[in-house]
Amino acid sequence: MAIDTDKNGYTILFAVVMVIVVGSVLAFLASGLSERIKENERFEKQQNILYAMGVNENTPDSGVNFIPTDVVEDKFIERIKTQYVLVNGKVNEDETAFAIDVKKQLAALKAGDEARLPIFVGEKEGKEIYVLPMYGKGLWDAIWGFISVDKEMVVQGVYFDHKAETAGLGANIKMRFFMDDFIGESLLDGKSYSGITVSKTNNDPLNDDKQDNEVDAIAGATITGNGVSSMIKETLKAYKPYLETIRNN
Amino acid sequence: MALLSKKDTNLILDPLADNNPITIQVLGICSALAITAELKASLVMAVSVIFVMGVGNVVISLMRNIIPSKIRIIAQLIVVATLVIVVDQVLKAYQYELSKTLSVFVGLIITNCIIMGRFEAFALGNGVWRSFLDGIGNALGYGVILIIIGFFRELLGSGTLFGIQVLGDPIAKTGLYAIGYENNGFMIIPPAALIVVGIIIWVQRSRNPALVEEN
Repeated sequence: MAIDTDKNGYTILFAVVMVIVVGSVLAFLASGLSERIKENERFEKQQNILYAMGVNENTPDSGVNFIPTDVVEDKFIERIKTQYVLVNGKVNEDETAFAIDVKKQLAALKAGDEARLPIFVGEKEGKEIYVLPMYGKGLWDAIWGFISVDKEMVVQGVYFDHKAETAGLGANIKMRFFMDDFIGESLLDGKSYSGITVSKTNNDPLNDDKQDNEVDAIAGATITGNGVSSMIKETLKAYKPYLETIRNN
Repeated sequence: MALLSKKDTNLILDPLADNNPITIQVLGICSALAITAELKASLVMAVSVIFVMGVGNVVISLMRNIIPSKIRIIAQLIVVATLVIVVDQVLKAYQYELSKTLSVFVGLIITNCIIMGRFEAFALGNGVWRSFLDGIGNALGYGVILIIIGFFRELLGSGTLFGIQVLGDPIAKTGLYAIGYENNGFMIIPPAALIVVGIIIWVQRSRNPALVEEN
């Protein structure tokens, strides 16, 4: 049977049928898989938070090793004692903090609206550790992560991730050699919250100097590095009221 | 009877060398620049494109008699986009780690002109089996070049392969770095890929003068 594929009517019919078929395939797939995808995303977030507070399976020479997916939920419940939400400078205990989308809240904060900023308080080696989410901009797209500090504002660990930074350059912010440099650095410079700057003139490749509020930049990834610096600064600005209370405790 | 006739074998082998989509037809250069700073990314991209092109060519070939010629390009685009999104979603559900590596490439695969080119030039006019072979062949030709570029760029630019330091440690100054060797930062930025592609084209044409165009 030959079909005249040049007729307008046929062309329109074909387009309509194709759109319906493709649309239903994708819709069916998306709704069928959405639960599993959400679960994966939850595990990933738990892994990232735990990683930032130094709960991971890294060995001295390994790459980034998270707590495995199958045990991460239990580990998260065990390690994260309380979740708080910071609203208008006031801290309230709130078990839904985990589900908050930080990107939206930071945007609201910038616009001068009320923002609900999540805080995760965990425990490691008998010490309370405070994990704060971060969200910022790299060279191509979003970068985000978590940073954890103790009472003295000394960084216990960080985790960075990115959407589309350049492979081999900016994408290296999620590599251990970069993230490990932050551990032990202080967010305070004297009394001000100066954060940690990713610096090209640090001249400290092994990162021995933990008092300088600087870590070594990645060559060729200037803008991603600046993005990380300002992301940390923005986070500090947003969370300052809370950080003040834990320092004075 | 052989599994592949001589003509069929050529469908796979030609794009690997004498009719390579990157070095001869100069297609798909954009993604060849964008993702070859690391060998791992090159490999992931190569495998993804092999899959999308193999399946895509089959789908288009099956539909070749019912696609209206007026909207064939859109129809082809929808097929590639759907395939890529299906793969991405399934990976997100069942291979989450891998999907995170891959998600960056999704857009690059959809717009890869080699894929659209083969749909248009081959799958629309040929049978299913031959279209499948043509798709695999061209994707392999693309992948081979990607991996060669990725190999040199990562080795010379970062001193690593698949993220493993093969030339010593640049910070602790061991291996080659102990005698004054330095990584070439230029290799990591995209223009370096053009130079590597240029060298590959040069080597290929000097080995096979038949490829050189007469002026």
